[in-house]
Amino acid sequence: MNKQILETTAWDIVVIGGGNAALCAAITAAEAGAKVLILETAPTSYRGGNSRHTRNFRCMHVGPKDVLEDSYLEEEYYQDLLKVTKGKTDPELARLCIRESEPSFDWMKQHGVIFQPSLSGTLSLSRTNAFFLGGGKALVNAYYNTATQLGVKVAYEADVAHLNIEDGLFKHAEVLYQGQKLKVQGRAVVLASGGFQSDIEWLARAWGPAARNFLIRGTPYNRGVVLRDMLDQGAESVGDPTQCHAVAIDGRAPKFDGGIVTRLDCVPFSVVVNKHAERFYDEGEDVWPKRYAIWGRLVAAQDDQVAYSVIDHKSNDLFMPSVFPPIQADSLEALAQTLGLDQDTFVKTIHSFNQACGDAQGFKSTELDGVSTQGLAVNKTNWARPIDQAPFYAYQLRPGVTFTYLGLRVDANSKVQRSEVAFENVWAAGEIMAGSILGEGYLAGFGMTIGTVFGRIAGREAGAYVNNR
Amino acid sequence: MSTTDNLIEARRQIEICNACRYCEGFCSVFPAMTRNRTFALADMTQLANLCHNCQGCYNACQYTAPHEFKINLPAVLADVRTESWERFATPSRFARVVQKHGMLTLLVLLLGLTAALLASANVSGAANFYGYFSHNVMVALFAPLFLGALSVVAISVRRYWREVQGKSVRWSELMTAVRSAATMRNLSGGQGQGCQYEDGDRYSHRRRWAHQAVMYGFLLCFASTSVATLMHYVMAWPAPYPWYSPPKLLGIPGGVLLSGGCVALMWLKAQSDANLGSVSRWGGDWAFIGALLLTGASGLALFAATSSAYVRPVLALHLAAVATLFVLLPYSKMVHGFYRMAALVREAQTASGRG
Repeated sequence: MNKQILETTAWDIVVIGGGNAALCAAITAAEAGAKVLILETAPTSYRGGNSRHTRNFRCMHVGPKDVLEDSYLEEEYYQDLLKVTKGKTDPELARLCIRESEPSFDWMKQHGVIFQPSLSGTLSLSRTNAFFLGGGKALVNAYYNTATQLGVKVAYEADVAHLNIEDGLFKHAEVLYQGQKLKVQGRAVVLASGGFQSDIEWLARAWGPAARNFLIRGTPYNRGVVLRDMLDQGAESVGDPTQCHAVAIDGRAPKFDGGIVTRLDCVPFSVVVNKHAERFYDEGEDVWPKRYAIWGRLVAAQDDQVAYSVIDHKSNDLFMPSVFPPIQADSLEALAQTLGLDQDTFVKTIHSFNQACGDAQGFKSTELDGVSTQGLAVNKTNWARPIDQAPFYAYQLRPGVTFTYLGLRVDANSKVQRSEVAFENVWAAGEIMAGSILGEGYLAGFGMTIGTVFGRIAGREAGAYVNNR
Repeated sequence: MSTTDNLIEARRQIEICNACRYCEGFCSVFPAMTRNRTFALADMTQLANLCHNCQGCYNACQYTAPHEFKINLPAVLADVRTESWERFATPSRFARVVQKHGMLTLLVLLLGLTAALLASANVSGAANFYGYFSHNVMVALFAPLFLGALSVVAISVRRYWREVQGKSVRWSELMTAVRSAATMRNLSGGQGQGCQYEDGDRYSHRRRWAHQAVMYGFLLCFASTSVATLMHYVMAWPAPYPWYSPPKLLGIPGGVLLSGGCVALMWLKAQSDANLGSVSRWGGDWAFIGALLLTGASGLALFAATSSAYVRPVLALHLAAVATLFVLLPYSKMVHGFYRMAALVREAQTASGRG
């Protein structure tokens, strides 16, 4: 887009961010007649923020609905949320989000999203989560097409540095665009620019220096610039500023944007050792989806934030393939050598584990089978089979950050809150305000629900605001 | 890149896709891939021939360049696919020339054959086509060409079948494949929204419809010729045939569908992104559509020219086009139909657990 058009146009609504929440807001506002501009930091090929990596939408429904089976009612949904957040949620906003998810499903279809039945290996979600055909990037593409048809303009590689807000009234955004600093004026602004997890230094200040060794699973463009700027201007915050959601992923993943393919599902069938070749936690505590997030923290707490998940030949086919082939060796000694672990300690750890294994006849990969070790300092309580069949395989584990919890507090109209003079024309949607509802943990597909529901609300409210003045 | 490099690159990409699986809903390639954890290079040959190049997966992919995974599955499978046709063809070298220098081959063959036919036409004959070229001459020319082409194709597909470790074919598997091809299910996009080809990441059914026009048009033309052959030999009813006769009732709509479909495919191809296909075989793709269009259009022109002075040159052109089509059949993209059917049958086999 032309620099001059960007600066001289009297935009009704400036949407900052280019992912799901931003697009839902932009489309809703444009349908209300507003002249909308999207400022997306990423280039076209990386547009869409973390929505690019998503794949489904958690949806309440009172009966079978489209690709969703059976029913998933408000109370069950809310209880699921309470379980993962351990109560750290805003009940009013959470219930609003849950209730609005059902009409949002229809809205999504009307605006170009194509759903499909559950993917293989995700059948457990076929009742609660509607999958996007082709995943989140396909959804993002569809929304960009819809938005463009509605006359929404998009500026890519537009870095918002600062929002100029006077007495609670947003006036313009300072934007670095094509090498120039521009003032982009709007009558209202919707903030949908995500969390700060890609600003590694911020992460290191919040979490500790260990965070420098974390991998970021999603977009490198969520640097939290707007979030920081708003907090500096007195916006109320929500969510623990030191925390992020991290899972254990393949240590060979790229620093950013590795996405879904870097996940490792082998932990329950393995023995996990740290860089000192010692075990540190019960690998068989629970079925993997429930433990998935725990291991991010566990690995983060180890020296150098690294661990190794070791399996033998008989377990090789029990989990989804990872994008990287395992490190393989014909003996435990050779495996230790390849991994750079102390051979004696490693072999000793595995041998004592093997000796602590009991009768493995009852091994069942799909359920808690109670096949456990006895007498170790750290016992494995399920799926404990000796690591004794060559070839042996290992995957390096590192913490992979999905998102950060710190965000802006909003009300039920998605308006950003401030204790002193209230903001008049600033709304927020998506990851930047998700901490209000998701104070801890994660519920599959819920990020997209928050983004869609509050994106639509923010678009509606901002649209009504500019129409009424 | 040699054949092996493309196969290895395809495997690298497929292994990434198999760890992601977001695209499972688009077509048969992804469910087929999820049946494996590790892949032999021969699996790439099968997946590549199963891929209909709908491009939905490319636009949905979060790992396309500039991402370091550099996924472009439609392109690498197109490379593997076209290379497999060349590898299995006899002589392989001719197939490579045809696919790399498609337009040139097409022109040389077409003009050469037209000139030869014109030169050998019986000028003093009656002004209908058996007057210019006796039925026996045509049979002597086309029967060996047709049978020869089919034999080469049969040998090629047999090699393919061995490589992908196909089993003996069951009727139900054949029917599954025919149904899939008849409806171009794999270009439906999975949820009936079509494919992404001529307009970036927007879906449409244009390519699917254009392809079906060409396919059914071609089959109608083929049926027309077959019926005419039967009428000639069995019913002793030689050409020319009136408009209401079976050969014309089949041939004219067939020619219209074939030609219209080819024009539509060319238009679509011109809008499409060449980098999502086999870039080095781009010319072969054009020549293939060109040869089909020339055949259909010259057939229609021949019908229009009936009893005029243009019959002789148009007839020579039409016969040359048909002959070119037969010569190129085993060596150009024309052969894709046979491989596609084989791949669909093989897919039906593995999907039903026959390994």
